[in-house]
Amino acid sequence: MRRNAKDIEEQARKVNRRALLMSGGMAVMMAVLGARMRFLGVEQADAFRLLAEENRINIRLIPPARGLILDRNGKLIAGNEQNYRVVITREGAGDVDLVLNRLSHLIPLTAEDMDRIRADIARNSSFVPITVADRLDWDQFSKIALNAPALPGVSPEVGLSRIYPRDLDFAHVVGYVGPVSEKDLEGIENPDPLLQIPKFQIGKIGIERWMESNLRGRAGNKRIEVNAVGRVMRELERIEGVPGNDMRLTIDADVQNFVQARMGIESAACVVMDVNNGDLIAAVSSPSFNPNLFVRGISQTDYSSLLENDHRPLANKVVQGVYPPGSTFKMVTALAALEAGVIDINTRVRCPGYLEYGDTRFHCWKRGGHGSVDLARSLSESCDVYYYDIAQRVGIDKIAEMGRRLGLGIRHDMPLSAIAEGNMPDRAWKMEKHQQDWRVGDTINASIGQGYVLASPLQLAVMTARIASGRAVVPRIVRQVDGRDAEVAEAPPLGIDGSILRAVRSGMFDVVNSDAGTGYGSRVADELMLMSGKSGTSQVRNISAAERAAGVVSNADLPWNRRDHALFVCFGPAEAPRYAVSVVVEHGGGGSSVAAPIARDALLRTLTGGMPPLTAYPASQRGRMESLLKDLQLRLPDGTQSAKSRA
Amino acid sequence: MSFLEYNVKTVPAGLSKVLYLNWALIMVITAVAAIGWLMLYSIAGGDIGQWAEPQMKRYLLGLVVMFAVAFTPIWFWRNMSGVAYLVAMLLLLLVEFFGAVGMGAQRWIDLGFMRLQPSELMKVTLVMMLAAYYDWLDDKRTSRPLWVLIPVLLIVAPTVLVLMQPNLGTSVMLLAAGAAVMFAAGVSLWYFAAVGAMVGGIVTAVFTSRGTPWQLLHDYQYTRIDTFLNPGADPLGAGYNIIQAKIALGSGGWTGKGFMQGTQSRLNFLPEKHTDFIFTTLGEEFGFVGAMSLLVLYGLVLLFFMVAAIQNKDRFSSLLIIGVAVNFFLYLAVNLSMVMGMAPVVGVPLPFLSYGGSATLVLLVAVGLVQSAIVHRPR
Repeated sequence: MRRNAKDIEEQARKVNRRALLMSGGMAVMMAVLGARMRFLGVEQADAFRLLAEENRINIRLIPPARGLILDRNGKLIAGNEQNYRVVITREGAGDVDLVLNRLSHLIPLTAEDMDRIRADIARNSSFVPITVADRLDWDQFSKIALNAPALPGVSPEVGLSRIYPRDLDFAHVVGYVGPVSEKDLEGIENPDPLLQIPKFQIGKIGIERWMESNLRGRAGNKRIEVNAVGRVMRELERIEGVPGNDMRLTIDADVQNFVQARMGIESAACVVMDVNNGDLIAAVSSPSFNPNLFVRGISQTDYSSLLENDHRPLANKVVQGVYPPGSTFKMVTALAALEAGVIDINTRVRCPGYLEYGDTRFHCWKRGGHGSVDLARSLSESCDVYYYDIAQRVGIDKIAEMGRRLGLGIRHDMPLSAIAEGNMPDRAWKMEKHQQDWRVGDTINASIGQGYVLASPLQLAVMTARIASGRAVVPRIVRQVDGRDAEVAEAPPLGIDGSILRAVRSGMFDVVNSDAGTGYGSRVADELMLMSGKSGTSQVRNISAAERAAGVVSNADLPWNRRDHALFVCFGPAEAPRYAVSVVVEHGGGGSSVAAPIARDALLRTLTGGMPPLTAYPASQRGRMESLLKDLQLRLPDGTQSAKSRA
Repeated sequence: MSFLEYNVKTVPAGLSKVLYLNWALIMVITAVAAIGWLMLYSIAGGDIGQWAEPQMKRYLLGLVVMFAVAFTPIWFWRNMSGVAYLVAMLLLLLVEFFGAVGMGAQRWIDLGFMRLQPSELMKVTLVMMLAAYYDWLDDKRTSRPLWVLIPVLLIVAPTVLVLMQPNLGTSVMLLAAGAAVMFAAGVSLWYFAAVGAMVGGIVTAVFTSRGTPWQLLHDYQYTRIDTFLNPGADPLGAGYNIIQAKIALGSGGWTGKGFMQGTQSRLNFLPEKHTDFIFTTLGEEFGFVGAMSLLVLYGLVLLFFMVAAIQNKDRFSSLLIIGVAVNFFLYLAVNLSMVMGMAPVVGVPLPFLSYGGSATLVLLVAVGLVQSAIVHRPR
């Protein structure tokens, strides 16, 4: 049909009106799109830029090599070995279960492992590598490398792991490292990012723990660019970490090994200390354990057997064990009395075999008595009554003060775990601890190192070193950190009159070298290495009235854990002391018969710098010593244990 | 049948038609296409052969087609509208039924040099059909129910076919473009209000019934709707694309990271970066400035279209141009809303930018129609 012009005009106007309306709508939408673009690209740009960088860049930490621990001569005590392991990242794997399942065909993975891995994966960001298996052998490692295409997100890695080549010898001193635990992280304000690396090894006890900040080093990192599936495109930047500081101990690894072997299966501790600068040449606790087991993750059965062993292999008895020092304490009582002037060197006390105080009769170890005893004899023959007497004259407070000056009852701070303070009792201590007045009987007990007196083998070594040098030497175990010698100030004099010290030292000389001395059996035949010492046999049980009446019960008749502790302290060479030694053999019996021979061998080993020559022993003992020394299961010069001990 | 209401003699003939083409429009869309080639070159990591070159060839081919369409008188195209619509419907049915059986559920027909999606073709032919219908229809009947029902059926038939493919984006565009032509033709606003109210009512009913005893859909269907509407709730699945796209756009900042420096696209964080999500690479590498430049160019295209529609006194021509303009607008609005995280992810390419033959060719044919309308307009 034909339309007239007016209709056409009207139609066109209507179309145009609506077209304009639509144009307006489109314009509004374009403006909205522009505004949205502005919001994303301008207002939110920084946030999105950050997200883009996060997409693109991963930061991977490079763990630093842990500092080495060496002995005083540079022999390796704690090192790092290559450790083949396999890690997985969630972002790389995609289907974690599938990949783990494939992995389990290549390497043994228990259900427990699987759960642990899944938990680790869930806890960490998707790009954090989770250790699947550690300490793989080369076969397993190469199997995984070969199958890499079927194992997305899995990468074989070579890392460093701690190794203790002298396994047993330094378990207590150096301790061990282990993976970071939740507990380790507790209470750390700003944890080192390294600690967030799963299974990162940190020191758990001993020097490894207390020198952690020196040993750990600083993390390096690499910034890497990754694509959407997590593949590393390139390394953008690499900042190498700073390896931990190497450190040298004061300990001589060979002496340590000798002493460890010499103590055998006894539950014992031995300290060899330089009397002039306090260097610990050996600090041995026996029995020991293999710290490498802990690094690898110790099995429950192994751990239980360590815990249940009544010889307490896990304890570092050198600093942790405290014992009544027994007669080794007598020097303290003597020095206190001499310094106070209540006796002099020639003061004599009559020993009938006991001392009566009030209703109580305090026995001398020698039932028959020593007769008239002076200082020298009181030490060499270890007369108890002499000390009961002089202790009453000088009083406990002066004795305790002398004890503390000689290093007893004081915590000697060193980078070791569980350092015990021991106990050096006095009146104030008893009042505070037991709300009781000090009694004379307590003084009498304390005078011979029984009763409340407790000391660790380290403290006994310090005491002996101080008596030997006349100086307040302080024990130390770290000789060098990062090539710099640890500062050692010259020890200040004890302030004890030289003639008094000489008299006590002379008494200690007689202990070993006079034929009536308790330690005569452990004398040294070599004139240049003569030894001075003091034995001690300390009771671990209260002596009942019945026992007292019945007389001494033979040690051998008692169960092991109720037998006396055997102690011996010594220094040598007698005329120019260089080293002090203390030995405690738990429930070992007599100090002079059990502890003294060990102390002598330790001292001789240290003084000679090699195996003690048989000429150093009295002729009558040489045959026995020769076979004893030959049978010691010592480490070979290259650090490995002799084949015999492996068997 | 009414024929041209203007004097045919005033229409330019022969080669002189070249002078009457809207050359500015051609230049603007070529500029947009050039941006696309640049981005395709960048996305391929500096490889021209992967996407940029094939896309350039398609564009040049499309340009030839555009000129051919433009030189053909607009009344020829009007007369061909019905045929074109029927052919498009046949092709749709063909891929719908035979495609499903014989060709493995394809949405396209292989023409040898390119793959033609009938649904893309339908976007133009539907608009032509509707324009021709309203040109033919007596204006007084425009809003009568029966005469409204006919175009509604013309729209709904292909929409349903496309929806069954399933191709939600294109069916929405068909529906919207068809409605836009009806709106422009002067169909009473009451119809639109009624449809709007109905749709609103249904949506409200569906959502308010959720969790009540008379719930209208299954729970899993609601979950699907949720994911569709809010992909961010599923950052590793459906939301991943959108999140990465927003990161790419946002991280470009004012001026972008520089040509070929987009980390999001180069490191494959971006999905579909050479097709539907190509805008994200533009935003990442050229920033807000680059993205706004493209928006301005698109704005110019729309402006040229709408001015041409308003200037043209031929009813078929102006309705056709409006339909083409609305189609063009829907392409870019849906695509940009999607990549900027304002709309759910539906497969709609960005006009002249996204890699792909059908859309480019169909768009150039549409521009050819617009040019034909401009050249052959009554003077």
